[in-house]
Amino acid sequence: MIAFEGVRIAYRGAANAAVRDVSFVARRGAMTAIAGPNGAGKSTLVRALLGRVALSAGRILVDGNDRAALDAPAVARRLAVVTQREEPAFPLSVRDYVALGRFPHQTLWRRDVMADARAVGVAIARADVGDLADRRTDTLSGGEWQRVRVARALAQEADAIVLDEPTAFLDVAHEMALFELLHAIAADGHAVLLVSHQLNLVARFADHLVLMHEGVVAAAGSPETVMDGATLERVYAWPLVVTRDPAVGAPTLVPLRGGRRGAS
Amino acid sequence: MAARSWLLLVACLMVAAVAGVAYGSVSVALPDIWRSLMYEQGGDALARAIVRDLRVPRVVLGALVGAGLGMSGAALQGTLRNGLAEPYLLGVSGGAAVGAVLVVVLIGASGATVPIAAFAGAVVAVLTVLAVARAAGGRGDPRLLLMAGVVVGAFANAAIMIALANAPANTVRGATWWMMGSLADADWAQVAWLSVYVAVGGGALLAMARQVDILALGAEPAASLGVEPDAASRRIFLAASLTCAATVAAAGLVGFVGLVVPHLARGAGGRGHRTVIAASALIGATLVIAADLCARLVLRPVELPLGAVTALVGVPFFLLRLRTLA
Repeated sequence: MIAFEGVRIAYRGAANAAVRDVSFVARRGAMTAIAGPNGAGKSTLVRALLGRVALSAGRILVDGNDRAALDAPAVARRLAVVTQREEPAFPLSVRDYVALGRFPHQTLWRRDVMADARAVGVAIARADVGDLADRRTDTLSGGEWQRVRVARALAQEADAIVLDEPTAFLDVAHEMALFELLHAIAADGHAVLLVSHQLNLVARFADHLVLMHEGVVAAAGSPETVMDGATLERVYAWPLVVTRDPAVGAPTLVPLRGGRRGAS
Repeated sequence: MAARSWLLLVACLMVAAVAGVAYGSVSVALPDIWRSLMYEQGGDALARAIVRDLRVPRVVLGALVGAGLGMSGAALQGTLRNGLAEPYLLGVSGGAAVGAVLVVVLIGASGATVPIAAFAGAVVAVLTVLAVARAAGGRGDPRLLLMAGVVVGAFANAAIMIALANAPANTVRGATWWMMGSLADADWAQVAWLSVYVAVGGGALLAMARQVDILALGAEPAASLGVEPDAASRRIFLAASLTCAATVAAAGLVGFVGLVVPHLARGAGGRGHRTVIAASALIGATLVIAADLCARLVLRPVELPLGAVTALVGVPFFLLRLRTLA
């Protein structure tokens, strides 16, 4: 479980705080999505989970522990993050890459080889990347690489998995496959926290949606309640309608043409 | 990396070491080498003295210099995510050269003082690089470390030029010769203290090899795996730089080894940095011993500068490796 409690983050030299008063919970066994326009503060929240920016107020709880009080490996045993960008400087085999996920469980002198091998095997099977295991990371397609990165996160055996726009650059099939995988991982009992611009997919897969706008939580709740036409139009500053997907019945955002200029 | 590749690397090192002991301005027969090493009596007394007091320490020192440079280069390339990174790029060589040149020019020092001054200069340069990166707000940010290293190196070069501008010709020659690298002054005392530095520094780098693997993914992925990128980069930078500084103190500037050897180690099948660092130690040792042998043999009895020969020997391997990468 990940809980943000009154989190405020201000970058050095910036006039306004990047995020302020952010409170929400990403529960186990559920997929929680953070959405919102560019610059709304979504990635700042991920950076805070990674410890790359300091909180100026509030706290983040990971499995009930204050993140700031845990050392880096202790955080990584509880929280696996698939960052937006990642490119190994030197290629590795997929199996070796996934095995890096075991690092937080190892010390210089102590390493449970059996547990590590088992966790890597389970992660590779769960993310369905067994046929890629002997490939080099620099030979993978975008979709394959994202699944391999999810496998690495699973090898961490953390209760919470955080992904920052994991389906950017993916085609429809790979995007759907990844959402199905994340949904299944949540169903396994993990807390899945996802930053995504794909509101229509989020509406179909997520249990909880947090809509960010200018650094604050504009709306939070089930996708059914958050995906409200007036709210989304205000947050994205673009004319749109929210309708029902005729095939699956989920709320669907349809942006209209002639925004900005037409609207003003 | 396959067991066969390891055996091949060890075999190459053995061949280079034996050749390094056997050949030089005078050749020594293999039985004489064996007798000398086993401290058996009999055979040629001169050959015994050459082997024990000159050739073996020289070869061992060359192996330590090559291993130290190879390991620090491998660790730095991974940590800084840059295949062009090498210990000399980060101000170590510049700092060491300033230290050496200053004692040569200012107090006319030679012999044992020069390595101490070189080591001190390198340490000052490394600490300056860390301080500059910290002042720029980056702490262990790889890009800032690289840029700070380049700046400190440029500053050091300027200082050397000013120091040498009005120095007498033989001082300039002595300083230049030192900067080109040489194993000619090798003795057992140097071997003893350098082996401590290379063992401790190399051991530390091997112990941090998994962190290098993770840092090579980038700062944010590293943070997600429980590595604090800035602190870990700083530790690795420090261990690699001090190991390199010790080699510079022992043999002057032996260029190209720290850059080319890690690529050869990856070409031999090394993927994870524990393998790449260990293989770089073997390949670096082999390369420096072989280069030193060439430096002694090509124009004998005149010795060529070791730093130039390592580059000449290393470039063809490097080009082959580039071909396989393309």
